[in-house]
Amino acid sequence: MTDPQLALASDIAIWAGLAVLALALISFSAHLAVTGAARQGRSDDTVPQPTALLVRTGTGTEGSATFPDAAPTSAALEPPAVDHPAGVTRRWGVLGMQLTWLATFAVLAGTLMRGLSVQRWPLGNMYEFAIVAASFALVVFCTWSLRQDRLWLGPFVVLPVMVVLVAGKIWYTEASQLMPALDNTMWLTIHVTLATLSVALFVIGAALAVTYLLRDAAERKSRVRGWLAALPQGDKLEAMTYGMHIFAFPLWTFTLITGAIWAEVAWGRYWGWDPKEVWTFVIWVVYAAYLHSRATSSWTKRQATYVALTGMLCVIINYTVVNLLITGLHSYSGVA
Amino acid sequence: MPDTQTPQRIEPTYPKDRTTMGGPRLGPLGWARWGWRQLTSMRTAILLLLLLAVAAIPGSLFPQRSVDPVRVRAFVEDNPGLAPWLDRLFLFDVFSSPWFASIYLLLMVSLVGCIVPRTAQHARALRSEPPRAPRRLSRLPALAEATVPGAPEGVLAAARDVLAAKGYRLSRAGTGDRSVTGEKGYLKETGNLIFHLAMLGVIVAFAAGHLLGWRGEIIIKEGQSWTAGPASFDTLNLGPLASTDDIPTFTVQLDRLDVAFETQTEGAQFGQPRRFDGLATVDIPGRDPEQQQFAVNHPVSVGGDSIFLLGNGYAPVVTVRDPDGQVLYSEAVTFLPQDNNYASEGAIKVTGRDPGLGLVGGFLPTLRLDPELGMTSSFPGLGDPALALTAFEGDLFADGRPQSVFTIDTEQMTQMTDADGAPVAMLLRPGEYFELPDGTTVEFEGVIRWAGLLVRHDPGRMPALALALAAAAGLTLMLGVRHRRIYVRIDPADLTPVGASRVVVTVGGLPKGTDPALQGVVDDVLGRITATAPPPPQPPTRGSDEDTP
Repeated sequence: MTDPQLALASDIAIWAGLAVLALALISFSAHLAVTGAARQGRSDDTVPQPTALLVRTGTGTEGSATFPDAAPTSAALEPPAVDHPAGVTRRWGVLGMQLTWLATFAVLAGTLMRGLSVQRWPLGNMYEFAIVAASFALVVFCTWSLRQDRLWLGPFVVLPVMVVLVAGKIWYTEASQLMPALDNTMWLTIHVTLATLSVALFVIGAALAVTYLLRDAAERKSRVRGWLAALPQGDKLEAMTYGMHIFAFPLWTFTLITGAIWAEVAWGRYWGWDPKEVWTFVIWVVYAAYLHSRATSSWTKRQATYVALTGMLCVIINYTVVNLLITGLHSYSGVA
Repeated sequence: MPDTQTPQRIEPTYPKDRTTMGGPRLGPLGWARWGWRQLTSMRTAILLLLLLAVAAIPGSLFPQRSVDPVRVRAFVEDNPGLAPWLDRLFLFDVFSSPWFASIYLLLMVSLVGCIVPRTAQHARALRSEPPRAPRRLSRLPALAEATVPGAPEGVLAAARDVLAAKGYRLSRAGTGDRSVTGEKGYLKETGNLIFHLAMLGVIVAFAAGHLLGWRGEIIIKEGQSWTAGPASFDTLNLGPLASTDDIPTFTVQLDRLDVAFETQTEGAQFGQPRRFDGLATVDIPGRDPEQQQFAVNHPVSVGGDSIFLLGNGYAPVVTVRDPDGQVLYSEAVTFLPQDNNYASEGAIKVTGRDPGLGLVGGFLPTLRLDPELGMTSSFPGLGDPALALTAFEGDLFADGRPQSVFTIDTEQMTQMTDADGAPVAMLLRPGEYFELPDGTTVEFEGVIRWAGLLVRHDPGRMPALALALAAAAGLTLMLGVRHRRIYVRIDPADLTPVGASRVVVTVGGLPKGTDPALQGVVDDVLGRITATAPPPPQPPTRGSDEDTP
């Protein structure tokens, strides 16, 4: 039933993915430092005008000092550099992105081999939950960055994904078959896939929330310095944070509903306040509070964003404390 | 409208912040109105939501009577000082506690107080035309402007066509003012209202299921047949509005129960359950008996209700004979598993003997003699089954008190001892027997399995599912649809040479909430208007046409 060689190959692929992600993190950080230093030197961070930036020279960075004024015709030749100062190298960010793609393929391959080794969807325990959620987060980030320049977001996605994978490795579970309560291919696939995907989106949403809070705090003090200058403006970051959450929240709602349907089939009741159900509910309510506080004028966007981060805290508690310390029907962690 | 007051987003006509309304001096009615506004304000709703989340957390930290009463009892025994205080605060019944109920009831009232006026408002908005464009559009968050050739009336008609083609609802034409308002995305508010109404419905359906439903639990051994009825369950929980007449009559026979455990993988996964399934024959009066396969995720269906497999364990078959060989007792006895390796405990009560004989001890499906723990089980499957018992003599049912079938009340019994005065202890393998000092024999004939079944009736479950799906659909509309208002204003262009017809087209966009794509929409609308605007009427060039023969 279980193929130990494939399981071993899967483990190696995940380790390799982690190693490549570490390199990507360094590369992305270098990108933020270089871009931030260039922006700050020019102190044009508050008005990123893409078309104007193309013809502007960087003064104050050694790389761009030799770069001549771009002729108006070169604007047509160059791809539109979204939000990026001309003349400042993007190679660190691009390298980070390429490494992230490589890591994404490694983690996806590891997840796929894990599934093949146990001949089922790899959604049966904490370790498998971690690698699938990490895969989703990486795929979403890579796909997003194909459409828009998201190099600045790199470190904030790569770091939590690494944390998730390391957590998976800490709570590693041997490749094996499922316990009978989980042995329902349809609902396991639907419910847990939705759960991992929405957790992945919530993680990216929380990463964006953190960047917003940091950038916004700097903007309020008019001290946008260093790598913070490499980030988009605060209100744009805030809109992206909200945009990510309005994708994740309906998915979490469907996670809750499919979980209830499955609970009805497996345990004879669709809602029974099992600890995992309690925390699924708590997470849902906290994110609902975020969406409400975002919609009302009596809360500032900063305050609302703190509610979103509280939701992330609940997601983390749900994955760690509830799985490992609290006894309930959802005790599938596979950890002794 | 003055320039400075051009709105930045579509403001609802109901008051958003209800807390600031009301006069300085309030009578009882005034205070009631003030309280109602406080309760139905968004600020209070958010506070109640966060409070609800916080209030649910203790329900996951402390064992709950509604979830696992056995663990509550164990917790109370382990914490005799703390437990009564926790109980006074309803911390073992969080989800039926007055404080939890007060939070969600307030939230429901707040929700109703918010939804009802908003539904009325939305119904009016659906029937009314969009408001007229403000005089100046320049302060709107999204703006685009172009000068196009054409007569003002022609360009305005083109603008109306463009907006109509894109599905906007338009303000009435021909008011003298050369502007048009298009509004789109009413489904956002519709979805919002559906979501909140459906959420209320889910709560009502959940409550109805609790009030009108019932659940019964029963343990059935392999080969045993059991007939449902109010008195035949091991435990029966009736909802407050349910009656025992609601319980249907049917008979279930457990033909077989198969169980498999992990044997391939080492470590924490070794011995984990892998398969519980079986065969049951269901006999409903008036129908042919029907054999059904069932498993943990495949309940047995009985009419409209379902029987779920929730637990399983071992039932050693024990026969007790008196010294003459007469059978005093012969039964499969249910032993309750105590750990993941199914080390089980149980009791055998032989009432047919005088004095009564009680055998109590453990069943170990795979016996392992641990130097520290003594007899334990190392695997939940039947590797090396063994039955370990000690014996008591005396009054089995002291004072006729009700007692568990899994333990023996030894208050009025004495432990049997052998010739050396040591307590009698037997360790039997299948087929073996043990002779007590008085000649009574205890034989361990073999072992069968039992299944713990749950019969559940919940009339609220299908309505709850339908309403939950409606809520999810409403949520998707609410978060996915963009509510936008587009204003188009046509002004005569300045410095237009007399006779040449040129107009300035200004397109402004007003979003509801966050709408990063609005500027793109405004640009697109302007582009379409300039592309479709009719060319200006050419001043007739004299002679050319008429001269053509």
